[in-house]
Amino acid sequence: MRPFHYERAATPAAAVKMAGTTPMSPDQPSVATPVQYLAGGTNLLDMMKIDVMRPDRVVDINAIAETRHGGIEVSDDGMWLGALARMAEVAEHADVKHRFPVIAQSLTLAASQQLRNMASIGGNVLQRTRCPYYRDTSYAECNKRDPGSGCAALGGFNRMHAVLGTSKACIATYPGDFAQALIALDARVEITGAHGHRSMAFAELHRRPDDEPHMETRLAPGELITAFTIAALPWARRSKYLKIRDRESYEFALASAAVALDMDGDIVREARIALGGVATVPWRASAAEHEIQGKRLDERALAAAAEAAFADARVFEHNAFKIALGKRTLTRALRETAAMET
Amino acid sequence: MARAAPKPQANMGPPVPRYDGRAKVTGDARYPSDVPVASPAFAFLVTSAIAKGRIVRMDLAAAQAVPGVLDILTAEDTRELKHVKFAAGGAGASTSIQGLGPDIDHDGQIVAVVLADSFEAAREAAHKVDITYAAEEPAATFDATNAREESPEEVGERAKKLPKAGDAAAALASAEVTIDAQYATPAQHHNAIELFTTTALWSGDELTIYEPSQFVFGLKNNLAERLGIDAEQIRVVSPYVGGAFGSKAQMTPRTALIALAARRLGRPVKLVSTRDQAFTISTYRAETRHRIRMGARRDGRITAFIHEGWELTSRPDPYSVAGVEDSARMYGFGAVETRVTLVHADRNTPGFMRSPPVVPYIYALESAMDELALELGMDPVELRRANNSMRDATGKEWSSRSLMECYDEAAAAFGWKERTARPGSMRDGDWLIGWGCATAAYPTHLGPSAVRVRLTPAGEVRVQVAAHDIGTGLYTVLAQLAADELGVPLDMVRVELGDTALPPGIVAGGSVSTAATGSALVKACAAIRERLTAAPAQTTGGPSGNKLEDVFERLGIGAIEEYAEFIPEGGKPDAIASLYKGKPALGGGSHGEKLMYALGAEFVEVRVHALTREIRVPRIVGAFAAGRIMNTRTARSQLMGGMIWGISSALHEATEIDRRHARYINDNLADYLMPVNADIRDVEVILVPEEDSEVNPIGAKGLGELGNVGTAAAITNAVHHATGVRIRELPVRLEKLLG
Ligand SMILES: Cc1cc2nc3c(=O)[nH]c(=O)nc-3n(C[C@H](O)[C@H](O)[C@H](O)COP(=O)(O)OP(=O)(O)OC[C@H]3O[C@@H](n4cnc5c(N)ncnc54)[C@H](O)[C@@H]3O)c2cc1C
Ligand code: SF4
Repeated sequence: MRPFHYERAATPAAAVKMAGTTPMSPDQPSVATPVQYLAGGTNLLDMMKIDVMRPDRVVDINAIAETRHGGIEVSDDGMWLGALARMAEVAEHADVKHRFPVIAQSLTLAASQQLRNMASIGGNVLQRTRCPYYRDTSYAECNKRDPGSGCAALGGFNRMHAVLGTSKACIATYPGDFAQALIALDARVEITGAHGHRSMAFAELHRRPDDEPHMETRLAPGELITAFTIAALPWARRSKYLKIRDRESYEFALASAAVALDMDGDIVREARIALGGVATVPWRASAAEHEIQGKRLDERALAAAAEAAFADARVFEHNAFKIALGKRTLTRALRETAAMET
Repeated sequence: MARAAPKPQANMGPPVPRYDGRAKVTGDARYPSDVPVASPAFAFLVTSAIAKGRIVRMDLAAAQAVPGVLDILTAEDTRELKHVKFAAGGAGASTSIQGLGPDIDHDGQIVAVVLADSFEAAREAAHKVDITYAAEEPAATFDATNAREESPEEVGERAKKLPKAGDAAAALASAEVTIDAQYATPAQHHNAIELFTTTALWSGDELTIYEPSQFVFGLKNNLAERLGIDAEQIRVVSPYVGGAFGSKAQMTPRTALIALAARRLGRPVKLVSTRDQAFTISTYRAETRHRIRMGARRDGRITAFIHEGWELTSRPDPYSVAGVEDSARMYGFGAVETRVTLVHADRNTPGFMRSPPVVPYIYALESAMDELALELGMDPVELRRANNSMRDATGKEWSSRSLMECYDEAAAAFGWKERTARPGSMRDGDWLIGWGCATAAYPTHLGPSAVRVRLTPAGEVRVQVAAHDIGTGLYTVLAQLAADELGVPLDMVRVELGDTALPPGIVAGGSVSTAATGSALVKACAAIRERLTAAPAQTTGGPSGNKLEDVFERLGIGAIEEYAEFIPEGGKPDAIASLYKGKPALGGGSHGEKLMYALGAEFVEVRVHALTREIRVPRIVGAFAAGRIMNTRTARSQLMGGMIWGISSALHEATEIDRRHARYINDNLADYLMPVNADIRDVEVILVPEEDSEVNPIGAKGLGELGNVGTAAAITNAVHHATGVRIRELPVRLEKLLG
């Protein structure tokens, strides 16, 4: 860890203003951005201690939790989640559990209770990959950390790495869970920056690695996530998060599926599928959705969806199993979601 | 799960609560790095980023410029340290012990030590040390092109000391039923919660080291050799150890470096290394491979047993675990042949990790037993019964053996008779159920110990010995034993451990502490009792009662202090003198006149999801016999912890290695998985009464390293029962079951 300046902001506007006083280039690796917001710190502090992140300034935004942006608002139209709501608060909220089960489950199955008590949902969607080569600066090769340096994971130990959305430059898995749930429910993300407010589909937030794996999101430097919004769509209630992992208590996903279904009897009227643990970004499996839309969820449809979801998968030395596991995870999640009582 | 300590049965001591329990849960217990020293400097290690090659340039400018940095030790500054010879469990236990470069022998070798006024400054500066390497291609593990397998001569030389009986090859060739299977176990790291710490404090020529240690006299003597000073100038203090499991038994490179740094600075120095450094600056359980061939008669009697092992070690050091010594003894085999081959690669030197020889070798044996049972169409418990014998193939007799009693009690508690034999035949909805069992075994080692005991007229007892409670319960059992022997209440006994200012105790290794220290303690207490009874019945005018105070008054003394030494039968007369010099002599197990082992039987249920194949262990039952049980609470705790470790070892623990770079990948507790409380459901420990007057004067067999043996085989056997898939390479991961 290196010395840094510590400041506190009590409102989103103040935070953005503080961050704005340091000039930041838009194509700097996000990990190297000189100003970082501090929410729960469960990811940021980790990354600073292992010397991967070396911000000059840390802007503590926890006081913003005292404003509306630390809260959860549920109405008949949908839900508004402040970015500083803690993972545990959202996971344990009765209305969230009841009306948006996939959201609550994705959070309950993430990290440990202690971490969920600290971590904010805004920080959660921005957590960095667990790629061990990215997290260890003694490896020179990592395009995400140091653009153009190469990728140590390509020929290395890549059991946890992605099979979907990879590029020649980076195969790191997006590690979080909550993001898949947001995608399954067509969430939007609200953002404040030096140039005012904007919002975008949450599915647009993360960028695939392509040639620039260091550009992890579409946030401009200094922009702050203030909230997530989710409409009360017909498939929100019949939704589920299935997470397969090595250790039952807490561990990142080997494969996961967020599934939301609007059923007309046993016919799928509308489906949303997002996959985790297998892709470089929170992954919407549109082709799989297409395979079951308007159909009965029989074995044939399930198999077709699973095939479609992984049709473009690319495997590496240690992660070939993720195709079979990913397909089975999706199949099981679809079955169990269809069987839900709503 | 039964949460209370088991009720003592025959030959078992009461479950008194832990002597050090309150101090530990209230934070009163001071671990070595908690000991306050005046104005210390803080050290941070810089470790190499390559496994093989040379340091070409080390640029310290940026590091030295960090405010608060006092000194940076590099290879040049440590030339005065003396070379020490490798001895497993002693000194030189890491290839890097001899120097900080420029040659690099393994990943994470210490190459510099930064010293600063604060931990933060030292860490920042360490990150700013800029090193240029000339890297060479390292051999990471087995099958690497440039790994060196021992020559047939070296293997043959070792085989001369390994068990052999009859003509196993011929017996195999003529056997009615045979199996031939290969197994593999991964590298694992101890990952005790307490990290590797050292605090060094000079006062003139006298050096005090606070460091968690499983053998303070060993550390004292090896450090003296390394520093080139007299051992009498060094005191090592380690009253509490926050987990060790073998990793703190030998001297590692850091201690001499910190002592040297403290001398240069003229100031105490404190080091708390990091978690990832713990993977490379001490030892680990090396990966092993096995081939087992067995031949049997139709009735199950095993006529031939051939066990070959391959073990990974570092380039220079021939560390060998050689558990064929134990696997070959487990059953009444007809003929036996064993062989062990070392493979040298560019890695830090491996070493002892909880039950070092038996964990991998009994895993292989007990998997093979299950495979043979299946081949024979026999119940796995019955196969063990058919081969249960009071003699091994060489004709050596067991001092006591309660294996089948363990099997029968554990099987009954588990409900084994409800098992249907066919793999995949037991199911609960989407979950496939499998039941499996295996034998646990740990050699009963014998070792010497000294002790000093003092009794005052008020009935206060003080027990002093430089033995070690690494969480095992030694404080408690010694207090219990002293209270019993001297007839005082437990709360009158004070126990002092882990300090070279005390009489020497044995290394906390080989599960030998209770037996060795306890035997010495019994001797000292007997001597005290003798002196008490020698008191004159009456003195003129003095008290005549039997109260302790009266007896002391008649003796005319203020306290009785007895120093006693215990040397096990057959031990060398200079065993205690050697202990003072830091050399522990461990005997017993399979090496004496008789075979001495603590044994057990473990039964597990696994559940595997039919589709996504996650593996869970909802329950495990173990029954164990280990001679006299000193305290059923601490015994249960050791055995329960052991079984949980066994589950961990089977399902999770593996140190992943980048084969191109020979570097450890998952060197942190988020990626090196272990079960937490939420992962463990029902664990039942059954203590089976057993008496053995031959093992040692107190009749206790060590059990600290028993519970985690065999568990992995019980689990893979259960996984086979659930799924029909035989996993011969640990850990069990769900991808191996997706097939
Ligand atoms: C052992 C362990 C296990 C874990 N397991 C899981 C798991 O299974 N599943 C899972 O999903 N996660 C898991 N996590 C990750 C954990 O959920 C994240 O660390 C956490 O959600 C991050 O939230 P935070 O508030 O602490 O973020 P911080 O650490 O404070 O911030 C993370 C990053 O986001 C930025 N940031 C924070 N808030 C904002 C904002 N509002 N706007 C813009 N930028 C912001 C920060 O500048 C920083 O770069 C695990 C973590 C650990 C340590
Ligand atoms: S996978 Fe991505 S994060 Fe990992 S080493 Fe390669 S470039 Fe870096």
